[in-house]
Amino acid sequence: MQLHDVWFVLIAVLWTGYFFLEGFDFGVGILTKLLARNRPERRVLINTIGPVWDGNEVWLLTAGGATFAAFPEWYATLFSGFYLPLLVILVCLIIRGVAFEYRAKRPEEDWQRNWETAIFWTSLIPAFLWGVAFGNIVRGVKIDQHFEYVGSLGDLFNPYALLGGLVTLTLFTFHGAVFTALKTVGDIRVRARKLALWVGLVTAVVALGFLLWTQAHSGNGKSLVALLVAVVALVAALVANQLGREGWAFALSGVTIVASVAMLFLSLFPNVMPSTLNGDWSLTVTNASSSPYTLKIMTWLAAIATPLVVLYQGWTYWVFRKRIGTQHIAPDAAAGAAH
Amino acid sequence: MDLALAPETLARWQFGITTVYHFLFVPLTISLAALTAGLQTAWVRTEKEKYLRATKFWGKLFLINIAMGVVTGIVQEFQFGMNWSDYSRFVGDIFGAPLAFEALIAFFFESTFIGLWIFGWDKLPKKIHLACIWMVSIGTILSAYFILAANSWMQHPVGYKIDKAKGRAELTDFWAVLTQNTALSQAFHTLSAAFLTGGAFMVGIAAYHLARKKHIREMKTSLRLGLVTVVIAGLLTAISGDTLGKVMFKQQPMKMAAAEALWDGQKPAPFSIFAYGDVEKGHNTVAIEIPGLLSFLADDDFTSYVPGINDVNKAEQQKFGPGDYRPNIPVAFWGFRWMIGFGMFSFAIGLAGLWLTRKKFMLPKHLRVGEDEVPHLVLFKNKALSPKLTPWYWRIATWTLAFPLIANSWGWIFTEMGRQPWVVYGVLQTRHAVSPGVSQGEVLTSMIVFTSLYAILAVVEVKLLAKYVKAGPPELTEADLNPPTKIGGDTRDADKPMAFSY
Repeated sequence: MQLHDVWFVLIAVLWTGYFFLEGFDFGVGILTKLLARNRPERRVLINTIGPVWDGNEVWLLTAGGATFAAFPEWYATLFSGFYLPLLVILVCLIIRGVAFEYRAKRPEEDWQRNWETAIFWTSLIPAFLWGVAFGNIVRGVKIDQHFEYVGSLGDLFNPYALLGGLVTLTLFTFHGAVFTALKTVGDIRVRARKLALWVGLVTAVVALGFLLWTQAHSGNGKSLVALLVAVVALVAALVANQLGREGWAFALSGVTIVASVAMLFLSLFPNVMPSTLNGDWSLTVTNASSSPYTLKIMTWLAAIATPLVVLYQGWTYWVFRKRIGTQHIAPDAAAGAAH
Repeated sequence: MDLALAPETLARWQFGITTVYHFLFVPLTISLAALTAGLQTAWVRTEKEKYLRATKFWGKLFLINIAMGVVTGIVQEFQFGMNWSDYSRFVGDIFGAPLAFEALIAFFFESTFIGLWIFGWDKLPKKIHLACIWMVSIGTILSAYFILAANSWMQHPVGYKIDKAKGRAELTDFWAVLTQNTALSQAFHTLSAAFLTGGAFMVGIAAYHLARKKHIREMKTSLRLGLVTVVIAGLLTAISGDTLGKVMFKQQPMKMAAAEALWDGQKPAPFSIFAYGDVEKGHNTVAIEIPGLLSFLADDDFTSYVPGINDVNKAEQQKFGPGDYRPNIPVAFWGFRWMIGFGMFSFAIGLAGLWLTRKKFMLPKHLRVGEDEVPHLVLFKNKALSPKLTPWYWRIATWTLAFPLIANSWGWIFTEMGRQPWVVYGVLQTRHAVSPGVSQGEVLTSMIVFTSLYAILAVVEVKLLAKYVKAGPPELTEADLNPPTKIGGDTRDADKPMAFSY
């Protein structure tokens, strides 16, 4: 296995980590409108992800930085080609981060409701657009001989990519619902479980459609295995959810995400961004990658830093492992004085 | 296509706007993390309540700031690919590595431990909780270092070779990129300026409260901490600025000649205090100068030769082919002066403040009414003048908080624009760095979107800061004074409200 292959795997791992982690906090953001019935409940939801969403988002920044360093051509083509959708994602991430931090900084109900609305939309839109982006990466886009994207904005919103968007949207919402059931107590927990069932069933339908389409379009033996794992995990997650085994349900919805992302990357390899105009113009792990020297340094970095990151991020989840409910929301906390 | 709205121009404006805006928050984040950590350490060691209240007060302002720093930082990472894809292609092999290091080592650290610190007040024993804020502080400094190493490579490329077949620069020595003198002196200068910024922020807000005789205990402590920080950081900023300047005279003579509006080489060269010139004809019509000072700044020698703009331009034309290698000279000249001027002014106020408040506000004990009284500033032993001087000092000191922010912004504008027309000095010109496939409309859209979003957020942020500044340090609760003794929080009352929630 050559270093650029290793880095293909590592970038897949970073995206997988991002979708696994930010997947559930996007989902929780969406549930603030779907599940929560009042202000304390919305607050409980937001608090379940409060200590961790920022760390989750860094997986994206690392995936971006690592792509820049390991596959500069891929980074350049992808981000200049998907310009406007990426702009929308960035705007959402900016507003979302500020919304989490600023929501409780004033007591007025209007202020908080506006930030809650912002959290809902800025969770929903990126959750959808990431699926659209990955749908296009796997399907291939119009790339010319200079590795420039020459398609239009409309080209990006093709049926396959839109279905991909629906998959990430529903899958993250399901993942978030299962996470909420795992992290809360009382009424909200019961309702999260019920909602997870319905969202999970919808997810199963769209995900199966998208993954089979992917398999038919660009699949291979390995991607078929990943597809089967994803489907089995999703069904098992639904069963675990019905049985009230919330930890298992969450782990399994996570496996669904891991296997689905793995399937996309497996069907992509050795391309990183295929060209639909001419197969010779596709970006591959060899023609898009950095020099062996850079990759070697980066491999050392990843080998030392990644286990540490997993360790201390894992510790964070352990510190905040207790379930929370509306009783943990101080009645006067809304006044902003309690903290 | 209108040249003024060419994608390159728009992309440069967007980079300038987003970077300067991002850098309003970065220095405050770096310094307030460390200062808050210092105050919390004081609390853990002494258990004096004023330190805990000060920690919570400055910590809150720090959090309001870091939120903006983090979200605007995301844009920084992605706009290289969006607007500058040919740059990314050409230098990704080198420039991407420090960015990846920043993300994997510093960002994860910072963002994970900030979550632990915010929510950990009632979940972590106090020493572990304290360690979290120090981790955040280390993360911010590491992050700054990696990004400055990347920027320094653009100022002075080292440790690379050009691969002609692939049409890109390739890394040959990463250690050289991380430890070249440009990176070291730039990091030294930027980090000291960051502490000057945070110190002035503290001085300004403490002075505001002291002028109103509020929260005196916490604010006296904060004022002294801020003043000491301003003075030490100010000195270090000046020293490191001098070091960085000398490095720049060697590596980017054009930038420094432009900073001085020195058109033709001179021996010895004067330092110009004011200059008004004719860029087309290449000379100044008005100039006020101090003889020999520029030679000293460049070389530690009052008589040495310093090349001028016209000389360097000719030399670069011979080396790189025909063209105009001059940056925007008025911007470089005034940017350099405003950076130094506002920085020095902040330092001067800090020094004056430290003198005026010496020996713990050396007002004789018999003149004090109570412990919580705001003492008058001490001016020699003139007790009559002190009460008159005090309100004036508070007023000026309150405004000090803005000055380093202005100095920082001009510092970046100077250092980035002074390098033009190069994006990587001597290697890649800015006009060859923009995304060829991105249209004028797209760049214009993103520029308008980011600028208006940033403008709205600026208003929200400043209002929030003002609200929490006015509110002052919070009252402490029972829970604040009795932190948990084990990780995950005590089980004794599992249903009690969380100490901190969104």
